[in-house]
Amino acid sequence: MSDNPFSLWVYLSQSPLLWLTVTLLTYAVTDAVSLKTRRHPLANPVLHSLWIIGVFLLLTNTSYTTYFAGAQFVHFLLGPATVALAVPLYENRKRVVAAVLPMLVALAVGSLTAIVSVVLLARAFGLPREVILSLAPKSVTAGVAMGISESLHADPSLTAVSVILTGIMGAIIVTPLMNFTGITDFRGRGFAAGIAAHGIGTARAFQVDEVAGVFAGIAMSLNALVTSLLVPLAVTYLLR
Amino acid sequence: MIASLSLILLCQLAGEVAVRSLAVPVPGPVVGLVLLLLLLLARDRYPALARGPLGNDGVESVSRGMLANLSLLFIPAGVGVVQKLDLLAEHGTAILVILAVSVIVTLLATVATFVAASSLFSREDETP
Repeated sequence: MSDNPFSLWVYLSQSPLLWLTVTLLTYAVTDAVSLKTRRHPLANPVLHSLWIIGVFLLLTNTSYTTYFAGAQFVHFLLGPATVALAVPLYENRKRVVAAVLPMLVALAVGSLTAIVSVVLLARAFGLPREVILSLAPKSVTAGVAMGISESLHADPSLTAVSVILTGIMGAIIVTPLMNFTGITDFRGRGFAAGIAAHGIGTARAFQVDEVAGVFAGIAMSLNALVTSLLVPLAVTYLLR
Repeated sequence: MIASLSLILLCQLAGEVAVRSLAVPVPGPVVGLVLLLLLLLARDRYPALARGPLGNDGVESVSRGMLANLSLLFIPAGVGVVQKLDLLAEHGTAILVILAVSVIVTLLATVATFVAASSLFSREDETP
């Protein structure tokens, strides 16, 4: 035993090992709960991991930078996981090719709706221009959204927050909302999840149905391209 | 497993190199996705490619394992939200309401368009 438990904590709290372990352990527990509740939307593992780790960081007075030094090993895998989407895409290629036209139309409508709705609502609520610009790209994956936000001279950190909140809300609401509409086409349900709620929506879609996951992954990738072209256009027209 | 992971990283690396050197505004991993897809399609054509990570369900099983835990990968970036709570304090409620309404409207508009378009296009296929 260490004669001074405090010095052990000081050592561990600065090491990547502790924060990597905390991340994996928290996810393992929240994911097990999610499985136990048969993937209930409110048992979303991302949502619950975030607040549990967040509270832990606040209680131990740990900075996000220190936490991220350990968690970055998990964060890094976002890139390889995007490449890995090629496998379910390949395995479902016939269904994807058959749905190319509906996908392109839904991409155009969905991408435009995501941007225009948030800009108009934010204007109706009387939010300052800088906040509106930061919210506009909220439906695409964080890295791309922050890039768009920067190019508009908005606040990229507020954009990152709105991206994560959008993803979590989309992932929670998509299943009950789709069940309510009575739509059982999992291609369309997944595609909508990927357009509205990027990677977190895609992760949710893979939990529900593999075909939904494949279509969500395609939607997320295409939306990243379309949104980076549309947001600058939309804000110039809508915020004159 | 290591060979399969290497192949995935190699695709991403090639994607990053292509994107940086051509200066196109596409994320590197998305180009990597296309490269891996092309490799898998080429394997159907040339069975000689079905070896190492491309044979025996190698790259497939590693990819499925990664995608099964996709939620985990968003946690490190997501925890950053907690650190920026002061940003939300000012306009927090309005932002939450706006994002929630926008996400619902977007989900409904996208799925309705998809379903309508797919029934429209499949009906066109049936009529000679």
